[in-house]
Amino acid sequence: MKNLIALIPLLPLIGFLINGLGRKHLPKGVVGIIGSGTVLGSFIISLVIFLQGNFSATPIKYFDFINVGSLQIPFAFQVDQLSTLFLLIITGVGFLIHVYSTSYMHGEKREHFGRYFAYLNLFVFSMLLLVMGANYVIMFIGWEGVGLCSYLLIGYWFKNIDYTKAAKKAFVMNRIGDLGFLLAVFWIIAKIGSVQYEDVFTAASLDKLTPSDITGITLLLFLGATGKSAQIPLYTWLPDAMAGPTPVSALIHAATMVTAGIYMIARSNALFVNAQVTNTVIAIIGAATALLAATIALRQNDIKKVLAYSTVSQLGYMFLALGCGAYTAAVFHVMTHAFFKALLFLGSGSVIHAMSGQQDIRFMGGLKSKLKITYLTFFIGCLAIAGIPPFSGFFSKDAILLSAFEHDKFLYAIGLLTAALTAFYMFRLLFITFNGGFRGTEEQRHHVHESPAAMTLPLIVLAILSIVGGFVGVPEVFLHGGERLGEFLSPVIPTAHHTISHSTELMLMALTTVIAIVAIVIAWMRYRNYKEEQNGALGKLLQNKWYVDELYDSVVVKPINKLGVIANHYFERSGIDYLVNGVGRLVNYGGRQLRWMQSGQVGSYVLLMVISMVAFFFLQFFLRK
Amino acid sequence: MDIRYYIFLSLALFVIGIIGVLTRRNAIIVFMCIELMLNAVNLLLVAFSKMHHLAAGAANPTAGSEAQLFVFFIMVVAAAEVSVGLAIIVMLYRNTHSVDINFLNRLKH
Repeated sequence: MKNLIALIPLLPLIGFLINGLGRKHLPKGVVGIIGSGTVLGSFIISLVIFLQGNFSATPIKYFDFINVGSLQIPFAFQVDQLSTLFLLIITGVGFLIHVYSTSYMHGEKREHFGRYFAYLNLFVFSMLLLVMGANYVIMFIGWEGVGLCSYLLIGYWFKNIDYTKAAKKAFVMNRIGDLGFLLAVFWIIAKIGSVQYEDVFTAASLDKLTPSDITGITLLLFLGATGKSAQIPLYTWLPDAMAGPTPVSALIHAATMVTAGIYMIARSNALFVNAQVTNTVIAIIGAATALLAATIALRQNDIKKVLAYSTVSQLGYMFLALGCGAYTAAVFHVMTHAFFKALLFLGSGSVIHAMSGQQDIRFMGGLKSKLKITYLTFFIGCLAIAGIPPFSGFFSKDAILLSAFEHDKFLYAIGLLTAALTAFYMFRLLFITFNGGFRGTEEQRHHVHESPAAMTLPLIVLAILSIVGGFVGVPEVFLHGGERLGEFLSPVIPTAHHTISHSTELMLMALTTVIAIVAIVIAWMRYRNYKEEQNGALGKLLQNKWYVDELYDSVVVKPINKLGVIANHYFERSGIDYLVNGVGRLVNYGGRQLRWMQSGQVGSYVLLMVISMVAFFFLQFFLRK
Repeated sequence: MDIRYYIFLSLALFVIGIIGVLTRRNAIIVFMCIELMLNAVNLLLVAFSKMHHLAAGAANPTAGSEAQLFVFFIMVVAAAEVSVGLAIIVMLYRNTHSVDINFLNRLKH
């Protein structure tokens, strides 16, 4: 068992090494098989563990990782219900995306093809490390690993300067969050002396930590989560991360890496449960992010940008749930979101593939009849994300809205508004892309074709999952004992008890559904025959993403650049450089001044000797006391 | 005899040597002047040795003998120096047909 568990992260690592080292020699077919096969292996092992069902909260120790003084950090894995669920999502969705990539990236050169798969495998390895680690340090290794892979994959087409800039932006934004995470870990070590989850949670439950400690630690952890999971104020990297290949967006920036923050907080629920201040902050930031990103998505014209903002918005939803203490609902939404968002991204990839690289939906339209499978699966994805019953998004979104309603009516209202906006912009995207007349060039019209099976099969699988994925968490109202996910996770996450009556619950569901349907109908009326939109003042504001990037640029980036220029000029150039160069110049000058002494004239040497001798005489006899 | 006569004589010889070295261009004369300086020192050493010997009297029969040892050392070193120096001068003459000391600055090229 122990070795089998170790194999889960090891397989993708092996795949990374083979593909990374052999990228110049291995043919594309072999690379694809190794890349997908290793992840499939991990998936099968995870499935075996899941089906056997012998989870344990005790860590499985492999070796001592850090052993200094009283601090002991073992390299240990913890495979309990929560990590197993994430293992299944990561390896399952990851495998489908690997398969999809073999076809999507086929036009790349062999060397870059190998590099791409090596990065993907490294990413899966890091993510597995993140969710399997039995302490915060192992989690941090994975945490950094996914950040690195994200950087590498966003900047995969490194010849495009804008893409590398987007990669840098993602990395820097993530680093800001990582600093918070790291400080939280230091704080935990200082107060508890161990980073093992069980030690930390026991200490938290035994009131060993003062309330201010808990608040500080949780706030710092949340800062880490805002970086990785793209929340205000660190969310701007995620939309830019769409510079990477589309399967990467599906895998990293929708299904797995960005959920790391949710996982971390759900994992630390024992800490967060006692931190009221932090929970309020999380809920407010989550709701604000959900709404802000949804409004921006209303007026984006890049198919991937719309999906990126919808990801940010959905992540905000999850944080809203976390802030309301509904950890199960958040994890549930992570799962369903992984299905339908991966589906939507892969669907958009299929569209982009068919349109020979065109990403702007204004130049698409009428693809419904030509891309039948893509259209159908994309439609299912849209229904799921809009929260139409009985698709998966309905159940998870409903669970979140329910807990928000219990917690705070205002947050609920924001959640509801966001749900309506979500349905609206997703169907706007769908109608503009697939309905109406074709607006591309003649050349593209001839080229449009359905994608090969390696791309459509993952779409179909994900579409099925998007339909049925929600049934693991059917609310009590419909089916007694329907909340299977909550039961499954109950050893890790205490089950939340709802206090509102069934009739209210049903009414809320009906309200959500009706609002979503109304939003879809409005979208249908406005966008089924798309014409160029006239942007009002608000539209322009939204299209420019509330000018947040510009704000950051002028408030943070430019002052820091200025500071850099000043430091360069006054400290580097006229300080350190001046000193270092000064030494050189002094020696140079001294040498030139002393050169005349080496004239080669014997007479002058002798004269110098005599003068020196006389000088010594003076020293000896007259100057000495 | 008064020690001061010896000192004055030795000083005179030494200064003659220095002036000779500084002013003359003929290598052989420069050479002789160096010898002159060495021997001025020798003379001084011997004179002081004698003085100390007399001052110590019968109580210490070996007083001042170190100076005489130094004189022998200096003579040995001078002999070695002469052999090397004269060889250089011979080579100088063979190459330049002159013993002008300023030709030596060609060595720097």
